[in-house]
Amino acid sequence: MLKSLRATLVMLHECVVMSIDNIRGNKVRSFLTLLGILIGVAAVITLISTVSGVSGSLASSFSSMGVGTLTVTVTGSDLKSGMTPEDLSRLTALDEVKGLVPNVSLNGRVSYGKTVETNVAVSGKNAFYFDMNEDLIVHGRALNFIDDDNNSYVCVISQEMVDTFFFGVNPLGETLYVSGLPFTVVGCYEEDSGGGIASIFSGSPNIMIPYTTALKINNTNEVNSFTVYLADGVDSTAAASTIEDLMDVIFDFEEDCFTVTSMASIEETMNTMLGMMSTLLAGIASIALVVGGIGIMNMMLTTVTERTTEIGLKKALGAIPWQIQAQFLIESFLLSMLGGLIGVVFGLLLSYALCRVLGTSFVLNGGAIALGVGFSAAVGIVFGWVPARKASRLNPIDALRSI
Amino acid sequence: MGGAFFRMRGIDKDYIMGGETVHILKHINLDIVEGEYLSVLGPSGSGKSTLMNIIGCLDTPTAGQYMLRGREVEELDEHELAQLRSREIGFIFQNSQLLPRLTARKNVELPLIYAGVPPRERRKRAQAMLERVGLSDRMEHLPTQLSGGQQQRVAIARALVGNPSILLADEPTGALDQKTGAQIMTLFQALNDEHRTVIMITHDMNIAKRAKRVVRIIDGEILEGGDAQDA
Repeated sequence: MLKSLRATLVMLHECVVMSIDNIRGNKVRSFLTLLGILIGVAAVITLISTVSGVSGSLASSFSSMGVGTLTVTVTGSDLKSGMTPEDLSRLTALDEVKGLVPNVSLNGRVSYGKTVETNVAVSGKNAFYFDMNEDLIVHGRALNFIDDDNNSYVCVISQEMVDTFFFGVNPLGETLYVSGLPFTVVGCYEEDSGGGIASIFSGSPNIMIPYTTALKINNTNEVNSFTVYLADGVDSTAAASTIEDLMDVIFDFEEDCFTVTSMASIEETMNTMLGMMSTLLAGIASIALVVGGIGIMNMMLTTVTERTTEIGLKKALGAIPWQIQAQFLIESFLLSMLGGLIGVVFGLLLSYALCRVLGTSFVLNGGAIALGVGFSAAVGIVFGWVPARKASRLNPIDALRSI
Repeated sequence: MGGAFFRMRGIDKDYIMGGETVHILKHINLDIVEGEYLSVLGPSGSGKSTLMNIIGCLDTPTAGQYMLRGREVEELDEHELAQLRSREIGFIFQNSQLLPRLTARKNVELPLIYAGVPPRERRKRAQAMLERVGLSDRMEHLPTQLSGGQQQRVAIARALVGNPSILLADEPTGALDQKTGAQIMTLFQALNDEHRTVIMITHDMNIAKRAKRVVRIIDGEILEGGDAQDA
């Protein structure tokens, strides 16, 4: 028993040696064959790593900016189409609420001297917004509560606007025309700071004016979108339901007047979507692996035909069918594994490069590597099976007749 | 049953070709004593190759009894046939049939690999056998680096390395020039002198005559030499 086990091991070792020899003897063909597996595995690993990298950095930016804020969108009822400043004060008065920032957006035509820009994103904010984002303003001053109360015609503009309108001119104190109305520039800000993930959804505004002024331009006194900053240590889910209760009162219990969205729920939705996307992409990439497997099968079938004489000879020399089968199976397994391992290396390099380009963090995904290697091993055995069986069943007489 | 070394009784081999049954071998009776040197002589199409396949346990007869070292060959399955080949038969083919990517020594080791012999012993036995056929200085050469006669000697070493009962050679000098062929024949004679059974299949009368006994086969029938002689 022990002796036959040893003999089997000796034989298998010899099969591996001969397989490596055969793979090396047909370098170009072997390489072309394993290319299919290589590309498939590289694609699977790149996709999974990149998607997990993207979702990782999304999650971290969510948690950095999303903690303690709720976004409220108001569609309103027939009787009441939005939140008045008085309604907003009632929300601010809640214990759970630290403050809130109305977001009144208007798309405007902006001009300074002869320079005219259309479709500039103008956003009405309040003083509290600038309290919450202290580092936003890089020159001049922020908008303050006096501006809010007086509907002042003042604005802060983004660096991009400074470059567009005030090349070589100090913008502070200059007058910009927004929708035909004169605004005094009182400050400048960097677009990116404080924007975070929220800018993905709303787009970062180019010009910010007091929200009261923005309401006046829009000829309304109702706000349809605002962000609630929660007091420290308040659970966002509980706060959301308190706010919903109060807003139900404000909207007289009409249905579907508003939605309260916490960043946590957006994050959850995003993660589900990314997960589905990554499964889908990996599924598509697996098709490449199957195609690669067919390539291996094709090569192995060709090899069996080419080596008919060799197989017959080995049988004449005393090889039993399973030894022949083992040799061809090992050969296709090794070929596929080689493709898989090179594919893993390529996939990792590619996903590292992609992560650098996308600016997300590179996460070494062990599951993806295991999947790639496991899949290529399986492909080698499954698609090597038929050719190996064919080889083992060759009749030695027919095989030797070609001598 | 008895332990007959080699006995064929009423061996028939039929092939069906295009719906017609062709009788390749007709009622072959053949006895061989251990240590004999015999040649099977016949023109092409005489059935001598089919007879060689059956002797070499590569094929089984349609009817009749073939006993090799006390075993009924016609009753064995593919696996058992392979084992019997491994132990009892050493094949030598017309154009040596060495694996081109393996060195002479590795080629000789091949039967031992399938018999499960460990590497060190394998190497030792292959080296000893290559020395026996006079190739001690060519062990690590590839077949392409060897002359035709040297290649055939590697093939003989490979046939001998498993220490089989019978050395079965199919036109062993067919691809060689006369001088090299003569060297190979001398080697066969020497091996037979060591009391090894040698069976040689050939169509060449001059080659066949080198054996101590000539079995003539024509149209699937043995004409003469079917009875055993004492070696």
